[in-house]
Amino acid sequence: MSPRVLVLRAPGTNCDAETAHAFQMAGSSPSVVHLNRWLESPTRIADHEILCLPGGFSYGDDVAAGRIFANQLRHHLADALAEFREAGKLILGICNGFQVLIKSGLLDNDGPEGPTSTLDWNASGRFIDRWVHLEADSSRCVFLSGIERMYLPIAHAEGRFATKDSSTLEKLANSGQLVLRYVPNEGNPGEMNSASGDYNPNGAAGDVAGMTDTSGRVFGLMPHPERFVDRTQHPQWTRLPESKDGDEGAGLAIFKNAVRYFD
Amino acid sequence: MLWEIDLHPRHAEDDRAAAQLVADAADLHWDEPLQAASARSYLVQGEALNAESAEKLAGELFSDPVVETAIVAPIGDASLHATPQRLEASENAQLVHVLLKPGVMDPVAQSAEAAARDFGLEIDAVRTLRKYWIAGEDSSKLSEEKAQQLATRLLANDAIEQVVVGPLPFDRLQLGGDYKFEIRTTPIRELDDEGLMRLSREGQLYLQLAEMQTIRQLYTDMQRDPTDIELETIAQTWSEHCSHKTLAGRIAYKDENGERQFDNMLKETIFEATQHLRRQWAKDETQDDWCVSVFKDNAGIVRFDDQFNLAFKVETHNHPSALEPYGGANTGMGGVIRDTIGTGLGAKPICNTDVFCFAPPDTPPESLPPGVLHPKLVMRGVVEGVRDYGNRMGIPTVNGSVFFDSRYLGNPLVYCGNVGLIPKDKSFKEPQPGDFIVAVGGRTGRDGIHGATFSSAELTSESESLSGGAVQIGNAIEEKKVLDVLLAARDQNLFTSITDCGAGGFSSAVGEMGEELGAEVWLERAPTKYAGLTYTEIWISEAQERMVLSVPEEKWEAVCSLCESEDVEATILGKFEPTGRLVLKYAGETVADLSMDFLHNGRPPVIREANYKPLATKPISLPERDNHNDDLLNILGSLNVASKEWIIRQYDHEVQGGSVVKPLVGVASDGPSDAAIVRPVLTSRRGVVISNGMNPCYGDYDPYHMAASAIDEAIRNCVAVGADPTRIAILDNFCWGDCERNETLGSLVRAALACHDLSIAFGTPFISGKDSLNNEFSYAGPDGKKETIAIPPTLLISAMGQIADVASAVTMDLKQSGNLLYLVGNTDDELGGSHFSLVNDLQGGRPPQVNTQSALQTFHAIHNAINQGCLAACHDLSEGGLAVAAAEMAFAGGLGAEISLAAVPAEGDSICATTRLFSESNSRFLCEVPPEKQQAFEAAMSEVAHAQVGAVNETDRLTISESAKRQVDCSLSELKAAWQAPLDW
Repeated sequence: MSPRVLVLRAPGTNCDAETAHAFQMAGSSPSVVHLNRWLESPTRIADHEILCLPGGFSYGDDVAAGRIFANQLRHHLADALAEFREAGKLILGICNGFQVLIKSGLLDNDGPEGPTSTLDWNASGRFIDRWVHLEADSSRCVFLSGIERMYLPIAHAEGRFATKDSSTLEKLANSGQLVLRYVPNEGNPGEMNSASGDYNPNGAAGDVAGMTDTSGRVFGLMPHPERFVDRTQHPQWTRLPESKDGDEGAGLAIFKNAVRYFD
Repeated sequence: MLWEIDLHPRHAEDDRAAAQLVADAADLHWDEPLQAASARSYLVQGEALNAESAEKLAGELFSDPVVETAIVAPIGDASLHATPQRLEASENAQLVHVLLKPGVMDPVAQSAEAAARDFGLEIDAVRTLRKYWIAGEDSSKLSEEKAQQLATRLLANDAIEQVVVGPLPFDRLQLGGDYKFEIRTTPIRELDDEGLMRLSREGQLYLQLAEMQTIRQLYTDMQRDPTDIELETIAQTWSEHCSHKTLAGRIAYKDENGERQFDNMLKETIFEATQHLRRQWAKDETQDDWCVSVFKDNAGIVRFDDQFNLAFKVETHNHPSALEPYGGANTGMGGVIRDTIGTGLGAKPICNTDVFCFAPPDTPPESLPPGVLHPKLVMRGVVEGVRDYGNRMGIPTVNGSVFFDSRYLGNPLVYCGNVGLIPKDKSFKEPQPGDFIVAVGGRTGRDGIHGATFSSAELTSESESLSGGAVQIGNAIEEKKVLDVLLAARDQNLFTSITDCGAGGFSSAVGEMGEELGAEVWLERAPTKYAGLTYTEIWISEAQERMVLSVPEEKWEAVCSLCESEDVEATILGKFEPTGRLVLKYAGETVADLSMDFLHNGRPPVIREANYKPLATKPISLPERDNHNDDLLNILGSLNVASKEWIIRQYDHEVQGGSVVKPLVGVASDGPSDAAIVRPVLTSRRGVVISNGMNPCYGDYDPYHMAASAIDEAIRNCVAVGADPTRIAILDNFCWGDCERNETLGSLVRAALACHDLSIAFGTPFISGKDSLNNEFSYAGPDGKKETIAIPPTLLISAMGQIADVASAVTMDLKQSGNLLYLVGNTDDELGGSHFSLVNDLQGGRPPQVNTQSALQTFHAIHNAINQGCLAACHDLSEGGLAVAAAEMAFAGGLGAEISLAAVPAEGDSICATTRLFSESNSRFLCEVPPEKQQAFEAAMSEVAHAQVGAVNETDRLTISESAKRQVDCSLSELKAAWQAPLDW
């Protein structure tokens, strides 16, 4: 039986439909549920195997991106989430979902004196939409199994991974949690956007684009894999030869990995 | 107790707000170099709030301890005023606070209040503010007066914000005042004409004498005085903004071809073209009337596929954006999105398009007239406003353009457009007698009073102080919540009609919806942001994010619980009743009782004269050149042509997952796409194509050809990426100066005549439109005399095409060395108003015209060629003509090209190399054709002018030659650098 996926939306979530579509393409039947419904009945998550927090501007990014949503999880759903994780299930946070995960401590990034890492404003101080090259550590995270490199879009204002100090960054790296990084494009440097220059467009510490918890089953990333599930979403698709893999985009692999995990 | 929480960047983090202030001050030639530090702050008020709970809020809600440090103290505490250590001049810095004025929408504070209560704390109110400590670069102290000046110019916008230099002068937040109900009337019956006009002006009704006289007559007949709310309602309904009375009025038009009388100019030109096409389609069995609802709803609707229709609307928000660029553009975007949500029974917004007109951002700050914001700040604010609304709503902004001309200095133009997807059976609406009038969404406040009437008046250097209340601030997330519940309610058939609260607020929304029926409204029921609003303020407030529904009584409970389940407020405001009257009540007392017929049909017709005198054609004298490298680089580097990547990448153009052709394309994703394609239904291959056309430069020569060229450009942009030319719908958007001047109105009528002619000739229907008149800015010049800057006549044509299978789409970047380059369409001697003329400061010449017959054939030929897979790349020729199109295709594809001018198809052989390179003749495309497709391509082009003009090569150069002479020989990197430099901010 295919795993049951709950795509969780809150006021201001706006990537729920295409994220559900990606899960559907990956072979599951996701349901999109408003946070209020879960708050009314915290145990409703129990009959799902995958929880996904999609992108958007939950609560308008007011105060800070993901903060208010994360506080709702901390205040009202901590037990249900702990139970869900301990049952060996999967949690995926994309873009705003990653911001929520990191601010809720679900990525095992809380130290004795509070959070040790965060996602803050892009170094440019601006929202940015562009595609980035990524390198994955496929061994530490269920979602990245078999993936080495990917080309995916980012679209965010507050996506700069930051840590309290350099030793924290080192510690997280050593624990194998920093599983997705922005990298220069080796194959075709022309694909880099000359106007915005750098391969790490938000100035993230350690070039970090995504991280996992210590179990490898909770994963957050700034890029949007659900925006590359069809070949015509690739920014250079009119230049590329027709692929032998059909029309699928590379981002779909992340959703397929999640679904396949329950085979 | 009132606590302040200041958040400072931690030691290793950048202080971006301070850096921005220092850079802006330098940019705008502030007297001396500055240094600064900044903090973002929250004021939190709650009786039970103590140090412990305030610290908790600071630590777990407001601050991000990884990157910020917090200072938490009761307001007035010295620790809040101390200059941060990171500012070297710690002794001498001035502390400046920037706060929203009371009553201005503060979405962050709203969210923060709710989030703070979630900690179990009793919170009365939260306010946000920004703090700056500022000193001279050499640690010198700014005077209090200088600090105030600096903050007013660079940090705060007086329309919505206030500046406090030094400690905050209050220890409590004001939470609104009391309101004592009292009906106000105006003794209009005893006013003479002069008195009427004074009332019109001072009451901000902005009505004309004949209109005021009609109102006086009505009340004389009724033997009573109007209430304030009645006058406001009439003024809103009769405003230019809401009724388009000038263009839909009687006009006697005269030009070189003779005289023409219009009873309703718009109806007899633009609407008539669409009706003509629909009559033609109805008669012809091979044709198909794919228009669904045109010129009647908030947006025009056309058919998309078996399940869905498309709604499309473009609005302007010029005057608010002139006063407060961020808020004006923000609510412009929010407003047009509500237009499509309020079309039929509700469309789902699928993409945005935005077009702006500004004065050049390098305008010397010293040269600005009083009351004018610097164009760079205007541009930045407008872009940020559009960005923040579109991105937060989760609607991709996929298309746009920016036009620069110094005449937009005091009156920038902000066009915001939105496309919606709507199920076929939800495309029409009709409120039923007995339906409840239900308000859904944001609360009503004192923001946005008099927007509809104010936008119909001319801007002056005092507009800011007079009409600050006309500026609203948006809250995109409120609108997203409203959208989510309304689409669910639509699909459950819970309401019979819907419209948005735009200009005029409830007044327009209820007035429009109840026009055929009648309505009774109970104003005290409207949820307000704070106490103290008068009944009139509630009725005309333009507070954002509100929709009005008509809900059958038996569906009310379902609407109510659906809204409640997602934290959206829904309130019964009244009832639609078949009385033919608009009755407004406050707490049981009748405050207005007007006949709907008088409101909607009682306005005396506006009668105007309009003249157009054609310019005498002057020949253009072309400069002698050894080669045209510099001309090409100058045009690529001119503001209108230059890359808009700085803007484009701030917009999310991929959300919703349907992006097919992005605004930037090519090997490095930095070439200018002709049009955007999105796939609105993720399980289908059918696409929507969005493009636009606009060229005010041609209007200085002849508005007819300007309008014709804009239509041609919008269509050819669409066709260039693969749209079917028989399924393109267009919108008109007229932004003009003061149309009480006969010549100004004459130039508009002339443009409308072109719209009529071209629409019919191309079989391309107009489905909706909008006009914004009085786009002029007046101020007192140095000698005290009134000076006026009128914008150039500006017609935006927005096009929405369709493509059956997005896999057939073509982009403009060169793909493969060895491919052939074909120029399709004739080049004519048309350098008048061209960018070659602009960069060389030349006058004269003939502006581009449209040969509709050959243009139409060309569009169809290109479409056939694309469908047969003959094109590897296709780019339309527009500003800068052949040379610019070739350069853009080459650097976008990272491939060289060699072009020969001798082969360029031309009308007559006499045109020179300069003309062949830079003429902006319409209806032309530069096509890249693989050699194996040459024959099929030639066959597809058999009926239209075309010629092979060159080929793609492996070099990194673009060369364009005339016989042996190299007219252009530039490296791709040089071309791209010139194109990217001007707006690479």
